[in-house]
Amino acid sequence: MAGGASPTRGAARLRPARDELVMRGLLVLLGAWLFVAVALPLWTLLSKSFHDFNGNFVGLANYARYVSTPSLLASFWNSLAIAVVTTAIVIPLAFVYAYALTRSCMRFKGLFQALALIPILAPSLLAAIALIYLFGNQGFLKSLLFGGTIYGATGIVVAQVFYCFPHALMILVTALSMADARLYEAASALGASRTRTFLTVTLPGAKYGVVSACFVVFTLVITDFGIAKVIGGRFNVLATDVYKQVVGQQNFEMGAVVGMVLLLPAVLAFVADRIVQRRQVAVLSARAVPLEPRPSAMRDWILFAYCAVVAGLLLTILVVAAWGSLIKFWPYNLSLTLANYAFDKFDASGWGAYFNSLQLAAWTAAIGTAVVFLGAYMVEKSRDFGAARGVVQLLAMLPLAVPGLVLGLAYIFFFNARWNPLGFLYATMGILVLNSVAHFYTVSHLTAATALKQLDAEFESVGASLKVPFWTTLWRVTIPVCSPAILDIFVYLFVNAMTTVSAVIFLYSTNSKLASIAVVNMDEAGFTAAAAAMAMTIVATSAAVKLLHLALGVLLERTTHSWRRRVK
Amino acid sequence: MAQGATAGSESFLRIERLTKRFGSFTALDSVDLEIRPREFVCFLGPSGCGKTTLLRAIAGLDAQSEGRIWQAGREISSLPPSERDFGIVFQSYALFPNLSVRDNVGYGLRSRGQGRAAIDARVGELLDLVGLPGSGAKYPSQLSGGQQQRVALARALATSPGLLLLDEPLSALDARVRARLRHEVRGLQRRLSITTIMVTHDQEEALTMADRIVVMNHGTIEQVGTPQEVYGRPATPFVADFVGTMNFLDGHVAAPGRVTLGGLSLACDTGALAQGQAVQACLRPEDLRVRGVDPGTPNAIQVSIAELEFLGAFVRATLEPAGGGPRMLGDFSSNLVRDQGLAPGQSLSVALPADRLVVYARS
Repeated sequence: MAGGASPTRGAARLRPARDELVMRGLLVLLGAWLFVAVALPLWTLLSKSFHDFNGNFVGLANYARYVSTPSLLASFWNSLAIAVVTTAIVIPLAFVYAYALTRSCMRFKGLFQALALIPILAPSLLAAIALIYLFGNQGFLKSLLFGGTIYGATGIVVAQVFYCFPHALMILVTALSMADARLYEAASALGASRTRTFLTVTLPGAKYGVVSACFVVFTLVITDFGIAKVIGGRFNVLATDVYKQVVGQQNFEMGAVVGMVLLLPAVLAFVADRIVQRRQVAVLSARAVPLEPRPSAMRDWILFAYCAVVAGLLLTILVVAAWGSLIKFWPYNLSLTLANYAFDKFDASGWGAYFNSLQLAAWTAAIGTAVVFLGAYMVEKSRDFGAARGVVQLLAMLPLAVPGLVLGLAYIFFFNARWNPLGFLYATMGILVLNSVAHFYTVSHLTAATALKQLDAEFESVGASLKVPFWTTLWRVTIPVCSPAILDIFVYLFVNAMTTVSAVIFLYSTNSKLASIAVVNMDEAGFTAAAAAMAMTIVATSAAVKLLHLALGVLLERTTHSWRRRVK
Repeated sequence: MAQGATAGSESFLRIERLTKRFGSFTALDSVDLEIRPREFVCFLGPSGCGKTTLLRAIAGLDAQSEGRIWQAGREISSLPPSERDFGIVFQSYALFPNLSVRDNVGYGLRSRGQGRAAIDARVGELLDLVGLPGSGAKYPSQLSGGQQQRVALARALATSPGLLLLDEPLSALDARVRARLRHEVRGLQRRLSITTIMVTHDQEEALTMADRIVVMNHGTIEQVGTPQEVYGRPATPFVADFVGTMNFLDGHVAAPGRVTLGGLSLACDTGALAQGQAVQACLRPEDLRVRGVDPGTPNAIQVSIAELEFLGAFVRATLEPAGGGPRMLGDFSSNLVRDQGLAPGQSLSVALPADRLVVYARS
């Protein structure tokens, strides 16, 4: 027998197994990828804002010029005001809607939930286009504005409310569905009134959800580009300023500064949200009794009416855009036509833009899902590689705090730089895919990580003890069990790549123009009907993918229900 | 009485000065242990005592900070789990939910390049072995907790490992199933003659199943011994307290072979303890004798019954010595209580047999 009474050695380390080495290699690759796709471009942007046109370091001179230019500074306050007002309107609206979906016994909950998610399927500027049809210079409800104009702050806020509603709703529905019936029983046993119960049980329970929803909406509004572009008129906001500085005036340095300013509120909201969420303790213990709402005729009818009105308004926006896209010549010739869908008459790229978008969405979803899921797997499952895991995790969270417009701008600077060997990607479909995957990385990563965390932590240990390599267990167990989450990620990436404007506005070339960009261009050129038509093709595509998602989900449920039932 | 190095040629698993630190916390403190071939060993202790850490170090799932491990004559201290030779059953079973019982059990066989027929035959054999013949097509979620546990066991045994590690395998089951499975697991281990280590916090489980028990506390081994030794001659007050119920009676050594506890003077083995040394004398409640005690019986004392607690098969009495001294518990059979008509307030004579008294120095 070896050893005997030999002295004990210093800290023993396990010789890493082949599996562990492969995992570490992949983790390093992922870290390098995130570094190139997220960190380096942002660094280039930051550095650009400290240099002048000739590349000389000028310190804060650009920032000083920004602060001393009243028109630029005004946009900052405009953006802030728009974001605050929109948040103040959307959150109560969505809260009541979410309350109705989770805490009432009204009918057609599923339908109402589906209708509320419509805006997610469209580019943000669809609402702005619809509003122009309704209230624009030739809108047939223009008289309702009593001489006011929809172009400017009013239009932006209304369109933002439409666009942000489902985002807030999803968070609030989640927050409100986590309720412990025992708390309500206790409240009623103690004789608390309905109002008091609402104030002392319901609201505190949903508090963190409300805070989170506020931050999400605030960030969405501040960073959105499409709506302000279409309906903002002379009302300038940060997002349109960036565009004007870069595309209009070719003033890249000032563009970088505005980009950094735009990054600021988003990062602050992100950090604040993290801090608040950290204080959240598990609302729902394992012993909680799920709350089953009881019927209450009056409440249910009131909430039903409310939801019908809200869902009706959301639907109206969509229907108006659809109708507008089918009308010959608004508002003079209201006969229907498909002529607006002959895009080559309005824009050089024609239907090509649409197919480019399809291609981008497919590539982003395919590559993104693979990278995100494998990446989350490596972060969750590799052992003893703490430092690298920490770095990757941080880089994976970063994109959530970076507005698409800022990331796009950072990409121009980074991939255009003369020293960059990756410059060949510039103005290709490749850079669009890279940008989209990076931009939507965080939410996908969190979805994958959550799904992986729900698995038994010892699957890999069992595999190792049976001398089965990790990729076999990944392939035979982890991926099948996580398939619903993987499907979710795929669809999320597809729909977002299909609808995004802000992330790609700086990055497309004539060969890789996208449908959402074509909407902006055609609207700018005055072809509002064609813009609406292109927006509708995007909606139709996203909706089709969503429906396919639902169908696949049902199929998956049916083929796997024999083992999914009662899985602990 | 931590185990020192004994006959090396006989040990299957040898652990030498194993230490595991998590930051400033020491989970295992220089542990030495030898396990013989075909032995069933239980690591017993309260949560946080280091028993699971020790098991995971043996498996290679968590690396030790210092120390070495040999298995079957081969040093495995720095080998990753996939290069060690063991099968493991976790508390959660970690059965693959999307694979049938057959595929779960055959999981480790498939990658060994065996033919489908050979694998099927082996899986069938294993399912027979664990008492689940014909369940191959079911999924884990369709099985009861006890059945899932057996599947996990079959999966761990499929590749015929040299060492079986069980991490609290029975603790997720209800009492009845647990009692039955104890016998089955133990029987299976005997039939296969596989060296087995089981981690548990349940002393009854350890006492009924183990060849030897390793009692652990605060990252160190308190005692290694057979169930009889651990129960009957606990090496430390911790072991005495953790395993079974124990009366701890404070006093000091009056003379060699005699201790005084409050007003009581008792004969017992005081070993090498010096006169005047503060001690704890320990006695199991069931070792307190009632029948056939007269004033002439050694260590007989007069007590009054302060309280009687009915516990089914027996009654636990709280006794107050008449001449002063510490209260103690005595377990009397329900039979005896009925026969003698014992009731609270009553006084009676009991004896504390000298050979059942264990004395520890008290600091």
